[in-house]
Amino acid sequence: MKRIMFGLIASTVIAISGCSKSNDVDEKVTDGEIKIGVLTDLSGLYSDIGGQGSIVAAELAVEDLGGEVAGYKVKIVSVDHQNKADIAAQKVREWIDRDGVDMVTDALNSAVALATAKVVAEKKKIMMNTGAASTRLTNEDCTAYTIHHAYDTYALANGTGTAVVKQGGDTWFFLTSDYAFGHSLEADTANVVKKAGGTVVGAVRHPLSASDFSSFLLQAQNSKAKIIGLANAGGDTINSIKAANEFGLTKTQNLAGLLVFITDIHSLGLPVTQGMYVTSGWYWDLNEETRAWSKRFFDRMGKMPTMINAGVYSTVMMYTNAVRATGTDNADVIMEWLRNNPQSDMFGTNMVLREDGRLLHDMYLMQVKKPSESRGEWDYYHVRQTIPGADAFQPLSESRCPLLSGQTG
Amino acid sequence: MSEVGITLDSLLGQLLLGLVNGSFYAILSLGLAVIFGLLNIVNFAHGALYMMGAYFGWIALTYFGVGYWWSLVLAPSLVAVFGMLVERTLLQWLYKLDHLYGLLLTFGVSLIIEGTYRYFFGVSGQPYPVPELLSGSTDLGFMTLPNYRGWVVIASLGVCLGTWFMIERTRLGAYLRAATENPKLTQAFGINVPLLVMLTYGFGAGLAAFAGVLAAPIIQITPLMGNNLIVIVFAVVVIGGMGSILGAVATGLALGVIEGLTKVFYPEASSTVVFVIMALVLLVRPAGLFGRET
Amino acid sequence: MTFIRKHAVLIVLAVLLAAAPFLFYPMLVMKVLCFALFACAFNLLLGYTGLLSFGHAAYFGAGAYITGHAMTAWSTTPELGLLFGVGAAALLGLVFGGLAIRRQGIYFAMITLALAQMLYFFCLQAPFTGGEDGLQGVPRGKLFGLISLSDDSAMYVFVSLVFLGGFWLIDRIIRSPFGQVLKSIRENEERALSLGYDVDRYKLVAFVLSSAIAGLAGATKTLTFGFATLTDVFWGTSGEMVLMTLVGGVGTVLGPVVGAVVIIVLQNELADKVGSWVLVILGAIFVINVLLFRKGIVGEIVSRFGQK
Repeated sequence: MKRIMFGLIASTVIAISGCSKSNDVDEKVTDGEIKIGVLTDLSGLYSDIGGQGSIVAAELAVEDLGGEVAGYKVKIVSVDHQNKADIAAQKVREWIDRDGVDMVTDALNSAVALATAKVVAEKKKIMMNTGAASTRLTNEDCTAYTIHHAYDTYALANGTGTAVVKQGGDTWFFLTSDYAFGHSLEADTANVVKKAGGTVVGAVRHPLSASDFSSFLLQAQNSKAKIIGLANAGGDTINSIKAANEFGLTKTQNLAGLLVFITDIHSLGLPVTQGMYVTSGWYWDLNEETRAWSKRFFDRMGKMPTMINAGVYSTVMMYTNAVRATGTDNADVIMEWLRNNPQSDMFGTNMVLREDGRLLHDMYLMQVKKPSESRGEWDYYHVRQTIPGADAFQPLSESRCPLLSGQTG
Repeated sequence: MSEVGITLDSLLGQLLLGLVNGSFYAILSLGLAVIFGLLNIVNFAHGALYMMGAYFGWIALTYFGVGYWWSLVLAPSLVAVFGMLVERTLLQWLYKLDHLYGLLLTFGVSLIIEGTYRYFFGVSGQPYPVPELLSGSTDLGFMTLPNYRGWVVIASLGVCLGTWFMIERTRLGAYLRAATENPKLTQAFGINVPLLVMLTYGFGAGLAAFAGVLAAPIIQITPLMGNNLIVIVFAVVVIGGMGSILGAVATGLALGVIEGLTKVFYPEASSTVVFVIMALVLLVRPAGLFGRET
Repeated sequence: MTFIRKHAVLIVLAVLLAAAPFLFYPMLVMKVLCFALFACAFNLLLGYTGLLSFGHAAYFGAGAYITGHAMTAWSTTPELGLLFGVGAAALLGLVFGGLAIRRQGIYFAMITLALAQMLYFFCLQAPFTGGEDGLQGVPRGKLFGLISLSDDSAMYVFVSLVFLGGFWLIDRIIRSPFGQVLKSIRENEERALSLGYDVDRYKLVAFVLSSAIAGLAGATKTLTFGFATLTDVFWGTSGEMVLMTLVGGVGTVLGPVVGAVVIIVLQNELADKVGSWVLVILGAIFVINVLLFRKGIVGEIVSRFGQK
């Protein structure tokens, strides 16, 4: 249905733009091709949540577009930044200067995304970040050429915090990774919990990549809080969940994973994660459309997509929509168009792009199923609540983005 | 800092947990010490071998249905064989050279092993269940200790004591000690020193793999699990000095306990406390607590 | 004539650098130069003093972060920013080196590694480093308050000059009497001691010099790219540094430069979707290098073609 609508709009736009040929270079797509770069981590810590899956997602988008938009070919290039910001920045510059890349997507890893945002803004191209979680992308480091898609730490804290308190989990104890990311995740969630009427009973900070969480969890257990918020990510989250189970914590208390991907659940297994609350921007089993798309993804990757992968697909669609509608790949024009035209695709409906670069879309509060409730691999979540985009993300009034005060980006 | 008070109970609990961690440090630094003693090589690949042990357990369980108890024996054996292969094909050419080359070679080997495992298994890791017999927990009064963790302490101490016994009290151990002191003379006595060297490396590798299987039910098995651990174990070894076996074991256990205490009083520092201690020891007693020469 | 003979290497390098941006992507060349300088500094310790520092990224990273901080928080001009970075790295080198020198050989290497890990954790938590996000948005500033470095060409000239300057400095150190003593320490420390040299003092000075120049490399890198991240202090970076020097040729002047070129270009190419094989390839290079090509590329060339 949506496709037909777009097809109609697209053909109309093409027809119209075909009639008005202009020799002005700015009006046409430069070098006759639309190149989109998937900047991801193929070999490091984040390769499972983005990685090859993001590349496949982008390719699926190109297939759905028939390989071209408004008469221009669409090409995907990709790079493994190996979790190194300087390799990423280097490659992005090369992409833009030498290879004519117009849009960079994924950008897994906050340091990479932040560095890339600057490069992209300098060269007047667009970055649509789905991989990095840092809210700095739409606050201190916002630019007129950044779109923050899929999720960010605020939305995760907000979603899980508010929703869990409403579900009855009103006393919290935090297990926090002792660095900026962990602190801000804890702070954001604590605020939200208190606003929703809950109390924060205590917190303990553990060093990054601590292999053993037993001592910290012991303290969590002693706190008798109903909910243990895991303000950490990746291997730390996985190990804390494992240890929590081992110490019988999960019998009397519930875990709330503040940054958990479906691949983490998959690698831990349901017996250990059941009952845990998780917020996500997307889930493969949300509706018919997501299921169909995810099946295509699964056939190629052998595993289900994460919200980051799905986000990449969405960014390609959004970008090409804009190109089709405006007839150009001029970044300013495209960003303006996107801000005025809410997008809908497999990822979400009516996704609004704000001036600070934040893309608003629905978030979902999930709870991990019990093993008995799951029909098979990857069937892991109950969708407990849909959080509308306008409520999920940091309000514009609280934003620290310099663009908002009227300065030019 | 936790807002929940520090009671005697929680303190005792943390000490016990520290002991559990210390057991891992003990086995791993023991393996490093044994290898260093005879080969004069710092085995950077120790972390990777530990990881291989854990993965062996997982592969054995997932694909062959071979359980934990078998893995405890098989994993070290297979990894030991692998270690001996590495020694024969790669390490043995370096004995006449500066010891640093051994460090570098094993570093390269660890990269190869880690990269290969990452390629096949990804980075998220695999789960490994606690064996039936050891599941559940015991109420000790001041804390509820998962039985498995208690087993880790017992198994590690057992292995460490067994190793000590073998090296200090058996004939094989005597050969080993002789070869460490004076390889040429020992060879002249008709003892096959190269064979001994190969077996020693294999044994060290086996110890690492044993620790890996022990660790599998506790932490997520990922190709990265050896990385963070190896640097701490290095610090442990510097603190203990690689002179004596019991020294390595004692230092490992002690540091685990100290780390556990830090987690109670000042959790943020618990990852760096070992390094701080290392710096202090270096200032006061450069040879290490149990070291013999500089 | 002798001036040219004496500085032949330097002149050749300068010519190559002048030509490079027309053949290769300038940013890539600048990156190579920064890491080549880092490798040369590292080689001063390993090749000429015989000390393997396995945590040299600490000084590279210290230079990177402090310069980044100076440029962003204190808005200094680039040359002052560099000075701060170098100073910080040298200071760190003094402290860490002083501790590490108390042991030798293998222990020395392990201690440097452990100390660098401590710095890593510190950088992870300290607010000014930006932790995982890194220190972003470092401006290039105006050199001496006059010449803007924002243009890539201007920056390129600046980086080339820094590199040539650092390289020349190391070359002079190696050729000086001080350098001779270092070499004698590498060959036979006890003999040097018996000759009356305060071996520990020499080692420490070499260490501080090496860390200062490594800091210079890190600082320059920050200016070039505009950010400093945790990768700069990560022990994997130290390992790569060892590899570069090894591959290029330990104890040769040009070796580290060649090694840096090889490894960085390799990494750049491998960024095109090789996945985890990157690690395997790097590890294999290590192994093969240690077993078969211990002299490194330049070392092999030198030994094959006689005296130089």
